[in-house]
Amino acid sequence: MAETHTAGSIDRAKGWQGISEDWSSDQRAFKSASWGKAMMWIFLLSDTFVFGCFLLSYMTVRMSTAETWPNPSEVFALTIGGESIPLILIAIMTFVLISSSGTMAMAVNYGYRRDRVKTAVLMLVTAAFGATFVGMQAFEWTKLIHEGVRPWGNPWGAPQFGSAFFMITGFHGTHVTIGVIFLIIMARKVLRGDFDTGRRGFFTSRRGHYEIVEITGLYWHFVDLVWVFIFALFYLW
Amino acid sequence: MAHAVQLDEGHGQQPAAATQVQGQQHPIKLYLVVWGWLFVLSACSYLVDYFALQGLLRWGLILIFMMLKAGLIVAVFMHMKWERLALVYAITVPPVALLVFVAIMVAESNYTLLTRMLFLGGQ
Repeated sequence: MAETHTAGSIDRAKGWQGISEDWSSDQRAFKSASWGKAMMWIFLLSDTFVFGCFLLSYMTVRMSTAETWPNPSEVFALTIGGESIPLILIAIMTFVLISSSGTMAMAVNYGYRRDRVKTAVLMLVTAAFGATFVGMQAFEWTKLIHEGVRPWGNPWGAPQFGSAFFMITGFHGTHVTIGVIFLIIMARKVLRGDFDTGRRGFFTSRRGHYEIVEITGLYWHFVDLVWVFIFALFYLW
Repeated sequence: MAHAVQLDEGHGQQPAAATQVQGQQHPIKLYLVVWGWLFVLSACSYLVDYFALQGLLRWGLILIFMMLKAGLIVAVFMHMKWERLALVYAITVPPVALLVFVAIMVAESNYTLLTRMLFLGGQ
């Protein structure tokens, strides 16, 4: 017990020595992370494999088809002011999601400083960016469906384009939506002062603390991270 | 205060014993700088498409910008930089298996394409 309370002041080995000591300590292996944070990381690792498999199957169908792949640069172009700008909506979506990551990182920071109002406001701004992103994605889906893109075919080439597109962006959009809901719930708790008064959570009946802001943030940054890969591999490739 | 998580999260930057402030504490400026870089890198990868660069240059730039952005997000925004190596490696090494999977599927897709060309007349 004493160890957990003073652990921060213990000098631990670094490098490979540190890894070996942490893992063989017959205690928790992750000395710098609470169980909540470690579990979020492990969940994100499993989610990495889920998205990895989606992107891999996309790569496989694209490489193995004998038909031409629709050019994303043209498919996702928007006409603004009479001029066709390639991929502009996707670029805006990318900037929106990156901005939401920036506000999230700052929310985590203010959370640890016990600044309830700033934390909650930044979390709500993050959620608003996320909702904007999902809204633009809905617009994009609507546009493509009107143009005749279906999971089994499209007007421009390889039919696999539609299934890969709907599967990957749909799954990512679902993650963003869940993140927005999660953020709003946590922002409400922060604003109400649950983590200062020790109010018990409605779901786990346990007392929370400001670390949940960082854990929520981990999930949120992961959603942004996945978008980085989707943007590069699906839209730009 | 903060009952359960009096763990050693105050590692690294400051001696944890002293203060009530714990968890990841870094100057806001750091986040703003990373945010700025993410904007720049995203703009660069968008410009690759805008100017319709092709060939090795295109793939190379897209992948470099992608990895730089991913690295910044994981290292700074997700605080991986300040975690202990036991966690860092536990999380970042397993995805390397995906690269092996990529190699396998590249071989497989080439074979599928070959059979489609040879026996299905390019269907």
